[in-house]
Amino acid sequence: MSSERVLILGAASAIAERTARLFAAAGAHFFLVARDPAKLEALRLDLAARGAGAVHVRAQDLAEIRAHGELLDQARAALGEIDIALLAYGVFSDQQRAERDFDEVLRVLHVNFISAASLLEVLARYFEQRGQGCIAAISSVAGDRGRQSHYIYGASKAGLDAYLQGLRNRLYLRHKRIHVLTIKPGLVATPMTRDRPKNFLFASPERVASDIETAIRRRQEVLYTPWFWRPIMATLRAIPEGLFKRLRL
Amino acid sequence: MEHLRSFSGWPPSRPARVVVLDWRHETPDWNQETFLAYGRGRSYGDCCLNENGILIATRGLDRLISFDAETGLLCCEAGATLADILRVSLPRGWFLPVSPGTQFASVGGAIANDVHGKNHHVRGTFGRWVRRFELLRSDTGRSVCSPQEHAELFQATIGGLGLTGLILWVELQLIPVPGAFLDVEALPFHGLDEFLTLSASSPAWEYTVAWADFASGRNFGRGIFLRGQHCATPAGAIEPPPSPRFTLAWVPPFPLIIGPLVRAFNVLWFQKNKAQKHSPVHYSRFFHPLDALGNWNRLYGPRGFLQYQFVVPQSGGDKACREVLDCLRRSGLDSFLSVMKVFGAVPSPGLLSFPLPGISLCLDFPAKPAVFTLLDKLDTIVLKAGGRVYPAKDARMSPASFQAFFPNWSRLENLRDPRFSSSFWRRVTGDRS
Ligand SMILES: Cc1cc2nc3c(=O)[nH]c(=O)nc-3n(C[C@H](O)[C@H](O)[C@H](O)COP(=O)(O)OP(=O)(O)OC[C@H]3O[C@@H](n4cnc5c(N)ncnc54)[C@H](O)[C@@H]3O)c2cc1C
Ligand SMILES: NC(=O)c1ccc[n+]([C@@H]2O[C@H](COP(=O)([O-])OP(=O)(O)OC[C@H]3O[C@@H](n4cnc5c(N)ncnc54)[C@H](OP(=O)(O)O)[C@@H]3O)[C@@H](O)[C@H]2O)c1
Repeated sequence: MSSERVLILGAASAIAERTARLFAAAGAHFFLVARDPAKLEALRLDLAARGAGAVHVRAQDLAEIRAHGELLDQARAALGEIDIALLAYGVFSDQQRAERDFDEVLRVLHVNFISAASLLEVLARYFEQRGQGCIAAISSVAGDRGRQSHYIYGASKAGLDAYLQGLRNRLYLRHKRIHVLTIKPGLVATPMTRDRPKNFLFASPERVASDIETAIRRRQEVLYTPWFWRPIMATLRAIPEGLFKRLRL
Repeated sequence: MEHLRSFSGWPPSRPARVVVLDWRHETPDWNQETFLAYGRGRSYGDCCLNENGILIATRGLDRLISFDAETGLLCCEAGATLADILRVSLPRGWFLPVSPGTQFASVGGAIANDVHGKNHHVRGTFGRWVRRFELLRSDTGRSVCSPQEHAELFQATIGGLGLTGLILWVELQLIPVPGAFLDVEALPFHGLDEFLTLSASSPAWEYTVAWADFASGRNFGRGIFLRGQHCATPAGAIEPPPSPRFTLAWVPPFPLIIGPLVRAFNVLWFQKNKAQKHSPVHYSRFFHPLDALGNWNRLYGPRGFLQYQFVVPQSGGDKACREVLDCLRRSGLDSFLSVMKVFGAVPSPGLLSFPLPGISLCLDFPAKPAVFTLLDKLDTIVLKAGGRVYPAKDARMSPASFQAFFPNWSRLENLRDPRFSSSFWRRVTGDRS
């Protein structure tokens, strides 16, 4: 198998970084996009030392939708073609702030949903034209059911989830060889959850990364990671609204 | 926030806060007191604890920076574990120059305790293989330290118990090996003299170590002497996974390591190992047999346990060891895992490095009052013999003992980062603040 060419959007995310390492060990080439040049440099050296082929980087705030088209052109020029695109960036919402300040709602929806949709649109066009490839995007179990504690974040991820369902459907009908993977992590111990008290439900980013790699290899459609979130979320979804609205989850 | 504890669970302790550093270009906000780096908590005592202070968790600093497969020079962040390094270096023919009994220690922790392995008589301590590192201090910021630049800080940081600041990255020389396996010989012995004779007759072996039965009973003092050499991976060998095969997810509410089981375990261990004479063994089985059961330390229950490792100089050391063993035997206490090793003459580079040429013995016990009394007695014997006790495994020695074991401690105190401290340091320097 020739080396895979991987585009990572939000390469500084702990989950994305651990996933990239797995592909690096197999000699993949990378185009990494993140905001902070110092982080990109640390990532570039690490992946190279782990056995990656070429590692290209670009510092970019992905909330800037206007940059997306040119970004993809640059990634294609650097890698030749793209085999796997992993969309990993995201922000958690400050629910209390969101209830007072609509700018917080706009920010979360813009980063997690609107800017992601813009990138996925650009990617879909590219993969459609190429006729093959893999789009993997990180949504969240939080999108499976809105809860009072984080429903702005949940809504942004639910939007992404529905978007990916539609995209998968659209691409399959045209090109059976394009794979769309929706990744739904549960609780992962990463900078995003730094200040939350940890319990046994938290998984390591390494564990989640290894599940993501397997799901990409097996062309899975929807990944709950770790696996036990699938039954947990099925149970939560089955609770009728009349009861659910009384719960403090 | 997670609960960061020491490997032995004793003493129980909580930091005021945990600060996680994920990137080496970041700097903690120093406007607080006091800081201490926390690697992977594989120290048995309180040198990795900072009661009421701030622990800087380095787990996220696990990136590689460069690896030259021609020369074996590897540069990585200080939170990378020995297992992380091997995963990358071994397929390209390079091994760690020094391997302690766990591969889950971080490189920063391996430097801060200047750890040793079964090849101490050939390669010396971990610090000897460190070419450079970057240190981050609250007062002077960042500096690259090596035997040439900031030599004094370089020396003080090796074996410096994390007190000179935060190590950010490390450049390390690895050693070439023909494969992932070792050619191992297991020789049963009875008593200290036979052990010393076997050690003396094995200078050509890269690795030597002995496991001994120091649980009370009639088998007291017998053991297995292991010596090994790197060899090529046997054809068709399947590499065992480096991660634990079983993990204890919870601390059982009561200790499972109790006298009769300890004695039975030691008998079984002897029987199992005396049978297999000469065989190729995967490196993880040879170096890190305990890593196969994740969190085995939890078997000791919520109260935790104590390790005790000391070294006494070659001349007169056998007499001191005999005294220690007499004392142990008379106490009737059972040591679960007991390990003996003769250290070589390769000088340790650090100001407070533990090893010196002589005999080292390592014991472990549940944390209970009778054990504290016994260990105080052993300290006296070790002190009289001119030896010392290993801080990485200590949670109880007195300030007087520590300061006599390590007369250089005041030089380390002078080079300590004024904002860094640890539970261990406050205890052994008698600082009550
Ligand atoms: C099963 C087992 C077997 C062992 N066998 C051996 C052995 O054979 N030989 C031996 O020598 N030791 C042995 N040890 C002890 C172990 O190797 C040391 O305690 C080691 O220091 C643990 O590393 P750590 O990363 O867990 O550090 P921690 O325990 O978290 O910290 C240890 C010290 O290192 C400091 N430190 C950690 N990271 C940094 C950093 N980035 N910058 C500055 N300071 C830092 C801490 O402040 C602390 O003082 C063993 C331990 C276990 C659990
Ligand atoms: N952790 C969990 O429990 C969990 C659970 C379910 C789903 N997820 C999802 O998993 C994904 C990865 O998160 P993580 O857990 O790995 O946390 P993380 O390490 O905090 O990663 C989030 C990353 O998103 C980046 N980012 C945010 N806004 C950006 C922007 N405008 N442009 C470019 N990059 C931006 C951040 O960049 P900077 O480094 O520059 O800040 C950060 O690297 C996210 O989509 C998250 O929603 C996480």
